[in-house]
Amino acid sequence: MNASSKSIGQPLDRVDGLLKITGQARYAGEYPEDGLLHGSVVSGSIARGRVRRIDASRALTLPGVVTVIDHTNRPRIASDDEPYQDADAAEGSPFRPLYNDQVLYSGQPLALVIAENLELARYAGSLIEIEYEAQDHQTDLAILQNEAHPAPAELPKPRGNFQGEYASSALSVDVSYSTPIEHHNPMEPHASTVLYQPDGSLHIHDKTQGTQNCQAYVQKVFGLEKDQVRVFAAYVGGAFGSGLRPQYQLPLAVMAALALKRSVRVSLTRQQMFTFGYRPRTLQRVQLGAAANGRLLAVAHTAIGQTSRFEDFTEHVVEWSGMLYHCDNVELTYKLVPLDVYTPLDMRAPGAALGLIGLECAMDELACALAIDPIQLRLLNYAERNENEGKPYSSKELRECYAQGARRFGWDKRNPEPRSMREGRQLVGWGMAGGVWEAMQQKASARASLDANGQLTVSSATTDIGTGTYTVMTQIAAQASGISLENVTFILGDSSLPTAPLQGGSFTVSSVGTAVQQACEALNEKLLAVARQTCPAFAGATLEQVTFADGQLRLGEACVSLAELAQKSGETPLQVQVTAEPEEKRQAYATATHSAVFVEVLVDEDLGTVKVNRVVSAIAAGRVINPKTARSQILGGVVWGVGMALHEETLTDHALGRHMNHSLAEYHVPVNADIGDIDVVFVDEHDEIVNALGSKGVGEIGIVGVAAAVANAIYHATGKRVRDFPITLDKLL
Amino acid sequence: MNPFHYSKPDTVQAAVDLSSPVSRFIAGGTNLLDLMKENLTRPEHLIDITGLPLADLSETPSGGVMIGALVSNADLAWHPWIQRRYPLLSQAILAGASPQLRNMASTGGNLLQRTRCYYFYDANVPCNKRRPGSGCPARDGLNRMHAIFGASDQCVATHPSDMCVALAALEAVVHVVGRGGARTIEFADFHRLPGDAPERDNQLADDELITAIELPAAGFAEHSHYLKIRDRASYAFALVSVAAALELDGPVIRQARLALGGVAHKPWRDRAVESWLSGQTVSRETFTAAADALLQSAEPLEHNGFKVRLARRAVVRALSDAALVGGQA
Amino acid sequence: MSATLSETTQASFVRHPIRLTLNGQARELQVLPWTTLLDLLREQLDLVGSKKGCDHGQCGACTVLRDGKRINACLTLAVMCDGAELTTIEGLASADQLHPMQQAFIKHDAFQCGYCTPGQICSAVGLANEGRAQTKGQISELMSGNLCRCGAYNNIRDAIEEALPLCQQQGGDQ
Repeated sequence: MNASSKSIGQPLDRVDGLLKITGQARYAGEYPEDGLLHGSVVSGSIARGRVRRIDASRALTLPGVVTVIDHTNRPRIASDDEPYQDADAAEGSPFRPLYNDQVLYSGQPLALVIAENLELARYAGSLIEIEYEAQDHQTDLAILQNEAHPAPAELPKPRGNFQGEYASSALSVDVSYSTPIEHHNPMEPHASTVLYQPDGSLHIHDKTQGTQNCQAYVQKVFGLEKDQVRVFAAYVGGAFGSGLRPQYQLPLAVMAALALKRSVRVSLTRQQMFTFGYRPRTLQRVQLGAAANGRLLAVAHTAIGQTSRFEDFTEHVVEWSGMLYHCDNVELTYKLVPLDVYTPLDMRAPGAALGLIGLECAMDELACALAIDPIQLRLLNYAERNENEGKPYSSKELRECYAQGARRFGWDKRNPEPRSMREGRQLVGWGMAGGVWEAMQQKASARASLDANGQLTVSSATTDIGTGTYTVMTQIAAQASGISLENVTFILGDSSLPTAPLQGGSFTVSSVGTAVQQACEALNEKLLAVARQTCPAFAGATLEQVTFADGQLRLGEACVSLAELAQKSGETPLQVQVTAEPEEKRQAYATATHSAVFVEVLVDEDLGTVKVNRVVSAIAAGRVINPKTARSQILGGVVWGVGMALHEETLTDHALGRHMNHSLAEYHVPVNADIGDIDVVFVDEHDEIVNALGSKGVGEIGIVGVAAAVANAIYHATGKRVRDFPITLDKLL
Repeated sequence: MNPFHYSKPDTVQAAVDLSSPVSRFIAGGTNLLDLMKENLTRPEHLIDITGLPLADLSETPSGGVMIGALVSNADLAWHPWIQRRYPLLSQAILAGASPQLRNMASTGGNLLQRTRCYYFYDANVPCNKRRPGSGCPARDGLNRMHAIFGASDQCVATHPSDMCVALAALEAVVHVVGRGGARTIEFADFHRLPGDAPERDNQLADDELITAIELPAAGFAEHSHYLKIRDRASYAFALVSVAAALELDGPVIRQARLALGGVAHKPWRDRAVESWLSGQTVSRETFTAAADALLQSAEPLEHNGFKVRLARRAVVRALSDAALVGGQA
Repeated sequence: MSATLSETTQASFVRHPIRLTLNGQARELQVLPWTTLLDLLREQLDLVGSKKGCDHGQCGACTVLRDGKRINACLTLAVMCDGAELTTIEGLASADQLHPMQQAFIKHDAFQCGYCTPGQICSAVGLANEGRAQTKGQISELMSGNLCRCGAYNNIRDAIEEALPLCQQQGGDQ
């Protein structure tokens, strides 16, 4: 079979672009309804203890305030852990809002005010008085680091003899890094609009990366039937992991809707965006032992991360240190410290964005110690196989990333001596780092449906958090079906659609894209069967002989429109649904995306201010479905990496046990003026193993390694190694 | 925010007559509404002053400029008189906030901005400025952004304005009208140090309305520079800022003005250092000596010791750049 | 109103009439003093294109044009907009044609999730009206009041750089 239209690989403008640039795209908190009630969450102020009394009397006297819900009067919710354990749950006992009088962290939701309008709800919330019985708390990872317990994660077993080889290495580095808490802070605050249907069922518009995850959560937590809950997320204003788990505004809005039998919206404030999951603070130690010629002889990476007292959050922090370079003697350790805080949550390139700071900064330190060019050091230790898994890569063009990235950047003009390059008052620094992220695929389903006018609709319950899912799925469907782009619509963001995994981990193209492709291929088979029956010219035609192109089925000179076949099929629309699973042949291979990041910084020597002037990010991620949206993903990842390196840090007052810079004025994400030129290079990477599309996904790889490359560039500029992130100017004075 | 009564008078006198201990005047609203939404201030009555005839610039008989309190920060910064005669003020305004906020914020309101101290901004924690007597967690807490000059046991907050740092250096005069009539306040006296009443940021009485800011004739247009250092390249409050203004006679400093932002509860000036500078010759050594003298009295907290080093370097840089503006020195 | 409310509080719940021109249309509205322009647009008029990202003037997602100037709708009281001419993202395009800034945003993929986008575009139109940005560096600085968490800044700059001359040719759209 041939599908001749080549929509895959085209820099198609976003298909949802028009709605977004005209303000017509509606997000979770933007669905109106007459009589819609508004909820305002009242957040706690102590880190640990219990609620003695909640006095809502003043709030309840206000005309227009409908009710105040707290742990004493909430509707019934599940009392076991299992119903709360969503598809991205950490090990342990998930948080249950308004469950009882226990206060587990500062900022915990303790009451929900429901009123006729938003301002009134918020004002009423401010009148609620809460009496606490406070207990001692601890929120400081550094204080309890010696009490860390092993993380419940499957780490690669130690290989070789790290201690022995490290001790006898000609050169070694032993360095410690720390990274701060970061909050996702998508531009759209979390919100849920629960539309109470006449039959008592709930239609919920939620900010989520998984409509079915939220559907199952609500159903189980509230003991409802499956058909009583339907969750939508047509547009999601960024998430970066914050929507992987149902956040507390969802069950709170549902509680109110069920209690009042009315439609309710609960939106969180920006301050409340600092009261749930986040990227955890880590303390890392990296030990590298090398021969005088630069060969890595020993690698050890230890990370201690924080978690809550109720769940053990794990991510892949140290694994990368066992796979990015060839080394026979490796020891990886990952531990957790429970604190009186909320559970951390996957955040863009979870684990890798942290672990690669340690590994890639340490590699730079080693390169300096050896007086070897950092790229040369990496090439010397290039890993042909994933040595954690003992498997070859399905494809790995990291060498090309180094080469093409270096060429685009002009790396050969680098004077390796720190403080050797200058532009007026600015010290100039050039640094680089590598990145890696796993290329995963999950089981996913999709439905393809062709109507009598030749319009193809493909659907799956995935989301588009800004990644370009609407667009790339449209392209995949157009190419697989031979129907031109303008006649293809992709529908997502509805839990009643065919099953899709959470949108995360860079596996949406691989998982849902494969399902979309297979659904369209199955549709084609069905269309051919109709043609064989109804069009004499196609009577004996096989899939291999025919072509699907421009909305037609062709065989030599014979040609019939797909619309006509849909009509003749007797089914309108003509429909197929498939479930795609990772192919068995993947088992024998490791699959990953890779990057090489090159950074130029300008550092004002007197004042310590750093400007990331120029970045080249060379990416190997298999086939690129849409170079325009894929480039945007990488640009975004680089911006995140710059933020990680220089700006982002949630500040906790440990005496109060509370995050204090809970606003976008004081939690600094990069602004436009912080971002210099970014050049994105996609190197050719052919992969027939990873999936039939040959595409690996690009949501995470763009951030991985960036912060390390910035730090390495700062060292090159200033001669200062700052190992405590973010690298704010005070650390450079 | 709490509910409030709204009125919009037509005259200054009517506005002043409407005021009470529970009222606030509102113009741009960029800080007041922010504070009200966080329940940090809860006026029962907002008096909208945007209908008052205070939105013009005019020249004063003494050759200065009178800026109506309602002139927006953006209009002021881009006004040809200000750009030409008081570039220090223009630079300082443009270093602050965002274009949107500068379009909204008024000149008078800029003086009344409240601190960005994390603890002040969180109604759930103690703060002497917000709730007198409740304590100051910043003193032993997250105080990286806090004061190194003039703080008290009660409060270590800093004033967040950029514009005010330039106005301090330019020795502007604040014109106010209250029930008792009109008066003027020297800029240096307008904001106060926290002492044991940190809830009071300035000398304005409840019934007093800022009507204008008067700039003296001396604008230091030849040799001035505003330097702002912050945690990101734009749209962030100053860690340290310096307004430097020099009057030069060849290489000799006739007069110097130096005001620092981000380091105290008010724009920080040191007259002794300024007068020492006059008569000195422009050089890095001179500026370094001035910076050292200025920073001598700094009293850093646990996490803001860097501000002393940073301020010292920033003073040298700002004075050097100011000296160089006219191509001399 | 309940007897438990003070007189002042009762007065706070009195609606004030305002007249404004919204996206070219004359409107007469009744608003409570505490309603911000952003909530008026989003909650009462269902113009949800203006976004609420922080509600404190710290992100720019709510940027609209008042008398041609960009402002943060979240820190503007609706009652104080009496007599104003307002343009939101919904009013930028004409019936059959996108505003050049909108077109450039699509062409340059200057957004991802789309949540900051209406504010970015209104801010960029305001920037064009101001006429003070010539270089990319100036665009960057003067667009720093609009955060984009997806990190589309480079594309936003490219889009604006391309559209600025077209906007200025239009004689400055409001």
